[in-house]
Amino acid sequence: MSSRNIILQRLRNRTGGELTAPECDFSVLKRPDWSTAERIELFEKMIESVHGEVHHCTSDSWIERLAEVLNTRGARNLMVPNEHAIGQAIKASERTDLPELLLYDEPIESWQLHLFNEVDASITSTRGGIAETGSLILWPTPDEPRLMSLVPPVHIAVLNASEIYTTFHEAMLAQNWAAGMPTNALLISGPSKTADIEQTLAYGVHGPKELIILVIE
Amino acid sequence: MSDITAQSHHHIDVREFHPRAHAAIHNPKIRQNFRKAMDGLMAKRKAAFEGWDLETLRDLGANIRLKALSNLPDLLEQLEQKLTENGIKVHWAVDGDEACRIVRDICMARDAKTVIKGKSMVSEEMELNHYLQDQGIEALESDLGEYIVQLADETPSHIIMPAIHKNTGEISELMHEKTGTDLSNDVEYLTASARQQLREKFMNADVGVSGVNFAVAETGTLCLVENEGNGRMTTTVPPCHIAVTGIEKVVPSLEDVSALLALLTRSATGQHITTYFNMISSPRKGEELDGPEEVHVVLVDNGRSSIYQDDELLDTLRCIRCGACMNHCPVYTRVGGHTYGTTYPGPIGKILMPHLIGLDEGRHLPTASSLCGACGEVCPVKIPIPDLLVRLRQESVDGDRLHPAKVRGHGAKRSTGEALIWKGWAWMHASPGIYRLGTGVAAKFRALQPSKAGAWTDYRTAPKLAAKTLHQRMKERGQ
Repeated sequence: MSSRNIILQRLRNRTGGELTAPECDFSVLKRPDWSTAERIELFEKMIESVHGEVHHCTSDSWIERLAEVLNTRGARNLMVPNEHAIGQAIKASERTDLPELLLYDEPIESWQLHLFNEVDASITSTRGGIAETGSLILWPTPDEPRLMSLVPPVHIAVLNASEIYTTFHEAMLAQNWAAGMPTNALLISGPSKTADIEQTLAYGVHGPKELIILVIE
Repeated sequence: MSDITAQSHHHIDVREFHPRAHAAIHNPKIRQNFRKAMDGLMAKRKAAFEGWDLETLRDLGANIRLKALSNLPDLLEQLEQKLTENGIKVHWAVDGDEACRIVRDICMARDAKTVIKGKSMVSEEMELNHYLQDQGIEALESDLGEYIVQLADETPSHIIMPAIHKNTGEISELMHEKTGTDLSNDVEYLTASARQQLREKFMNADVGVSGVNFAVAETGTLCLVENEGNGRMTTTVPPCHIAVTGIEKVVPSLEDVSALLALLTRSATGQHITTYFNMISSPRKGEELDGPEEVHVVLVDNGRSSIYQDDELLDTLRCIRCGACMNHCPVYTRVGGHTYGTTYPGPIGKILMPHLIGLDEGRHLPTASSLCGACGEVCPVKIPIPDLLVRLRQESVDGDRLHPAKVRGHGAKRSTGEALIWKGWAWMHASPGIYRLGTGVAAKFRALQPSKAGAWTDYRTAPKLAAKTLHQRMKERGQ
C-alpha cells in the first residue's frame, strides 16, 4: 500500500470516539467601523513602530516626494513597473531629478546577478493596507514580479488611502480571496529584520533595509 | 559554553536529561541568556494582546484547530487535490526517513548539488541536513539563527529563536572562526556579513527547502510566517521549491488563517504580525518572470497518526508552534533548550516527543515539569499541556490497567516495587483499623526517622513526624 493510503487509512480508522467540528465564531476579530482617517492614522502608527516610513501625498504630489526620497538616499536607479499606472506616470513625468529607471522585463535567470547587486530601489503598487497590523497587501504580477519587493535594499510602495482595511480578516473577505489565489500573495509589514543575535533588532538581513510607503490621499 | 549542554546533532541520548540539566543550572551564561530572552518575550506577548478579548480569541483558535483535526483525512485529500490542480506536486511520507528520501529523489532528478533552507522544524525532526550531506548534497540554513546554529554544528535551543542560547560575543567568535568575518560586537555588522554570505548561496542554490505554517485546503495555499525574508528568498529564487510539513498543519479555509495568524505571531514574539506573511499557491506560471518552476509538498506523518488515535492525546496536534509554552516555562527558562536533547524542547516537546521517540527514551520528559500550569494558560490554542503531562506520566508507569497501551514505550518506567508500595498505600488508606495502627506505630518510632533524605534535604530540613497522630490528639480532646 502507498504511504498516502497508509496514512489516510490510519486517520480514518482511528480508535477514539466520533469527532465533531465545533462552531467557530469569528466575531472576536471584528473591529468597530473606523473612518478612513482613523484607519490611516492607525496604519501609520503600526507600520512606523516596525521601522516603516510613511509619506502622505496626493495624486499630484507623489512623484515629487518619490524623487526627494530617492535623492536623499543617493539612489542611482529605480526599478519601476512597466505597465502599471505607477510606472506609466513616473515614465511620463520626465523629471530630471529622478535616477535611472529600470524595468523587470526579463526572466530572472538572465539577469539575477544584476538584480542582486546593482538595483538600489524599487517601487510597486499594493492591493491595499491593513490598519490593525500596519501591513501592505501585495499580489505580485508579471509586471511587478515577486523579487521586485524583496531584493533591492529600498522598497517603495504606493498605497491608496481609500484601500486601507481595518483587519486582515476584513480584507480577505472584501477582496474575496477564497475565489482564487494568485501564485504568490504577500503581507509586508516593515523592512526585513531579525532579532536572532541576542534579541537585538537589525534591519535588512535578507530583504530591503528600508520600506517607504507613499500614502495617496 | 558547557560541552554537555551544547551538543552537536549526533548521538544525543535523550535519557541523559539530568546531567545536562545539572550542568545548565550551574552555567551562569546559559541562565543569563535564557532569563533575559524569556523575560523580554513574556512582556512583549502581554503587550501585544492588550485590548484583545484574549480568552475568546484563544477559544476561536482552539475551535479552528479542533475543526480541522475532526476532519483531517478529508482535508488532506482536499488539500492534495487543490495543490495538484494548482500545479504543485504532493508527496506523502510515513516517517522522517521516507521524507528525507523523497527530498533526495527530487534533488537527484534535477541533478541538484546545493539546497538552501528556510526555517523548518519538521526538517529538524527528519534530520534532513545530515541526511542530504551524507548523500553529497550541501544543505545550508538561511534563517540567521539557524545559520548560526549550523555553523556551530548544534541544534536549535528554541523553536522560534534557534540561537537564543548564544550571546553576541559567542556568535562573533563563531562567525570569525568559520566564515572569516572580523571580531565585532556590532550586531548590524554581523547581520550584514551574513546577508552577503547568504545572498551568494541563494543565487547558486539548485533547490529551496522550507517549512509550512498553515496549509489551506480550500485554495491549496502554503502559508509561511517570517521576519527576515529568507523564507521568501528560499521559495522564490531557486528553480525548485520543496515544502515539508506535518500532516496536522492543514486548515479548512483562508478565514481560519486570519485568526490563527493573529494568535501565532503575538504569542511567539509579541509581534502584531511578522514582516512577511508569504502565501504560495502555485509554481511560476507562463508569463511570470520569477519564482520556482517546480513546487513540491511533502506531507509528513512521523508519529502524528498515532497521536490522532486517542481522544485526549489528539489535543497535542492542535499546536501551531509558537513557542509561548517554553517562553513561560520555569523549567525551560532555567535549563535551556538543549537540556531536553529533543527536536522540540520545553512543554510542547515534553508532550510531543514521547510519541516520536517512545516513553522509554523520553522517560524524563513528562516529569521535567512542576505542573505549574503556565504553559496551558498561555497556549493560543488552549492545549491542556499539564493534563497531557499527567497522562504521559501515568502511561509511563501504568501496567495497562488505566489505559490500553497508546504511547510507544507504555509502562517503561513501571517498577514492581513502586507499584506494590502504592498498592499497599491505597489498601492502608481504605482500611481505618490498619491506618490507625500504621500511623500509631510510625509516631511511636519517629526517633528512628532518618534526618537526611537524599537530594531533597540538601537545601531543606527534613519534615518530622508528629509525636501523636491526629486521631490520638482528637481522642484526647474528647471529640
